[in-house]
Amino acid sequence: MRLIVPLQGVVQGRGGLILGSLIPCALFYFLQFYLKRHRSPPRNPPSPSSSAANLSELPRSSSRANLTTRGSIGLVHVSARAKAVAAPNDSPYYIGLDRVREDPYDEMSNPDGVIQLGLAENRLSLDLIEDWLSKNLTGSILGVGGNGLGLSGIATYQPMDGLMEFKVAMADFMTEVMGRTVSFDPSRVVLTSGATPALEILSFCLADQGNAFLVPAPYYPGFDRDMRWRTGVDLIPVHCRSCDNFTLSITALEQSFNQARKRGQKVRGILISNPSNPVGNLLNRDMLYDLLDFARERNIHIISDEIFAGSKYGNEEFVSMAEIVDSEEADKDRVHIIYGMSKDFSVPGFRVGVIYSFNENVLAASRKLTRFSSVSTPTQQLLVSVLSDKRFTQEYIKMNKQRMRSTYDLFVAGLKELGIECTKSSAGLYCWVDMSRLISPYNEKGELDLWDKLLNIAKINVTPGSACHCIEPGWFRFCFTTLNEKEIPIVMERIRKVVESCKPPM
Amino acid sequence: MKMLSRKALCKSHAGQDSSYFLGWQEYEKNPHDPVTNPSGIIQMGLAENQLCFDLLESWIATNQEPTGFMTRGGSIFKELALFQDYHGLPAFKKELVGYMAEIRQNKVKFDPNKLVLTAGATSANESLMFCLAEPGEAFLIPTPYYPGFDRDLKWRTGVEIVPILCSSSNKFKITPSSLEDAYQHAQKLHLKVKGMFITNPSNPLGTTLSLDELNHLITFAIHKSIHIVSDEIYSGTVFNSPSFISIFEALKKLKNLENTDIWSRVHIVSSLSKDLGLPGFRIGMIYSNNDMLIAAATKMSSFGLVSSQSQFLLSKILGDKKFRKNYMKENQKRLKNRQKLLVLGLNKCGIQCLKSNAGLFCWVDMRHLLDNNTFDAEMELWKKIIYKFGLNVSPGSSCHCAEPGWFRICFSNMTKETLDLSVQRIKALVGSRATNIDC
Repeated sequence: MRLIVPLQGVVQGRGGLILGSLIPCALFYFLQFYLKRHRSPPRNPPSPSSSAANLSELPRSSSRANLTTRGSIGLVHVSARAKAVAAPNDSPYYIGLDRVREDPYDEMSNPDGVIQLGLAENRLSLDLIEDWLSKNLTGSILGVGGNGLGLSGIATYQPMDGLMEFKVAMADFMTEVMGRTVSFDPSRVVLTSGATPALEILSFCLADQGNAFLVPAPYYPGFDRDMRWRTGVDLIPVHCRSCDNFTLSITALEQSFNQARKRGQKVRGILISNPSNPVGNLLNRDMLYDLLDFARERNIHIISDEIFAGSKYGNEEFVSMAEIVDSEEADKDRVHIIYGMSKDFSVPGFRVGVIYSFNENVLAASRKLTRFSSVSTPTQQLLVSVLSDKRFTQEYIKMNKQRMRSTYDLFVAGLKELGIECTKSSAGLYCWVDMSRLISPYNEKGELDLWDKLLNIAKINVTPGSACHCIEPGWFRFCFTTLNEKEIPIVMERIRKVVESCKPPM
Repeated sequence: MKMLSRKALCKSHAGQDSSYFLGWQEYEKNPHDPVTNPSGIIQMGLAENQLCFDLLESWIATNQEPTGFMTRGGSIFKELALFQDYHGLPAFKKELVGYMAEIRQNKVKFDPNKLVLTAGATSANESLMFCLAEPGEAFLIPTPYYPGFDRDLKWRTGVEIVPILCSSSNKFKITPSSLEDAYQHAQKLHLKVKGMFITNPSNPLGTTLSLDELNHLITFAIHKSIHIVSDEIYSGTVFNSPSFISIFEALKKLKNLENTDIWSRVHIVSSLSKDLGLPGFRIGMIYSNNDMLIAAATKMSSFGLVSSQSQFLLSKILGDKKFRKNYMKENQKRLKNRQKLLVLGLNKCGIQCLKSNAGLFCWVDMRHLLDNNTFDAEMELWKKIIYKFGLNVSPGSSCHCAEPGWFRICFSNMTKETLDLSVQRIKALVGSRATNIDC
């Protein structure tokens, strides 16, 4: 279509309608012809078993990277989707995580290992949960012994979208953690094995292949995987800038929407993270209302990823999208919220995510789709027990915030001493750090050089802004909730070494 | 209404209209309970193994530590809480491959690095389709097959299913001609065939594939250069001879095909839902010698990781080799007895079952109870069974059986007393027909 429209514009000027329709048709025909000729022919079946051994087989241990480029070898039988997914991680986000996995820092056993600041993981308050478990956990949590239902109560097939008691517990927890300004309804909760599948399911529900979502950038690198890998849906970054403290502007959103429309790409919704990742901003009430208006005017959806809602250490108020639509009569069914227990409650290993939607059709579809990503029942039972202790959850939320606050303060102060500034953030498990003065050249390459130095010389894994689609080079996400107080000076010392060598030329 | 995607709006893919699911809905409205609702509908459409919960419960009761996240070294709660590595908990994978090998009489050895963990076999099957086929390509599946495949294999993946028609005339065995016919049928539909998807032991037949059948499948896969996915989820429920032959064993035995091209095109799916009776735990797996597939499936498992809590607990249960051995033996025994109960009970009513040696169900021949040899008649009979005699059984048509009159009846998801009651109800059904009372 893109070819035809401008072509007709040209042709209509001279030659009229006939040429205007003939030429595009001819081009189209030639395009088809070209494609047919270049479509790869069906692979020849290997000859029967006796000569199968003669087929040159790449030794399995050789680098997988070779396999992706040499597509004609008989080994490559998997789908294009699989090939793309199997390809070695080329994003610094994933490379960094792999490096930590290979060489993790440990105070005792591996003091020279890589310190993890690239994974938004909260290790500050796990002891509180561990403590609770040691006092309260008995065999009966598994429904075994005592007055439990027995194993048949939890081992058997349960509703794929979660036990009712767990939905109630999660709805209550979400209400509590978001400040009790809005009440979450258990019947709108669909449970998934983590926020990752929650987002993918929504992507499948709200968009067809080739459609797009607008997403404020910089954004969490995992969105590219969650929203795009298997769905065929596209993400269009809407760039935010340091001069605005990386807050979203509706004007920029509008521009991106219009550009997409001109390209013929259908935008189905906006994906926001609030609190935002990687910047740590909170979207204020006005902005949320503006977003809802924007979505309404264009008849699109809003997915609000609120997974960090309880990880707030600043004084700004957190406003959930649920609160906004609570006060609106109409238009609830374009709003969908993602939540999970991986951040606020520090249990990413247990795989608990939530789709919360006001749209009955989305809920109905999600309930069915979550069969591919359901939550383990003993885990549901365990969390029902913990979360039913409201006194504990309130205490946990409070203590967690305090600890985050003090760690954040120490961390930011440490960076300041090195002459490094962060944006003023209020939530999330990380800070958004400005190292633009230290990169050379002032572009993505310079940023990645610094990232490399930090990873391989300073041996700290941080996430470079380019991995988050940040349009300004030199910004990095540093997660601080993986550290205890003792480790902060160690981190700062390591950063100092690299920073010294990067001082900008006079 | 805000527009949803085509996938979300499409209802028929999911097979949700299928009688398989409608039966469940009816059951849910009026479930049998021996005390509170003795005349309710008995669920015989759910392939779940509840026969050995007592063994697991007693293990858990005597091994409090793992459920409390405790090891000899102290609490590992923190480590587990943070563990979200899609490579899976190493200790768990180690025990799992040992267990899988033991089920196969150690004739096959498994490498934990070639194992991908997923949230249930449902997730494993879907991931495999994403990894092996482009949207619009097809897999051949022998009929009758598990109704859930229509949803699990096709919905989000865009993959098509073409049936390999099997017939009662040869006990529903897979033959070279049925394979070729299916392949040709796919060609006529302009569908590119990427592989075959078999369930071994079979659901709903309850039989294990013979070496001959496995040979046919392997030969065909080599000849057409396609994949074989072997869903061996019921491998731990084999209770009688002939013994179970895994596809990998057949590959080795038949043509000594280790490390040849076909070796990287054969993949196994399994789970702990049927043998250990732990479907609620959501523990499934993919096993393959295809490196690229494993790499892709491992990353894709991000969309369905297994809870670290469950991985840890199962690593302890499966790691207790004595318990494991005893469990497998006892499970076999109980399944065998239970199956016999149902088969004999049905025989006494003049109803035959396909001779089965595995699974949690019988494939029951009710052709002689049909008014005529049509699927409409099968539906009529099914409605009678569920509404008048209170049994939710699965009609063969929901399993894509080519011939009307066959039903899948599950036997391991209820107490013995309930099973006896269901046999009585079937007796009543047969009796009602004999006296020509139109119920």
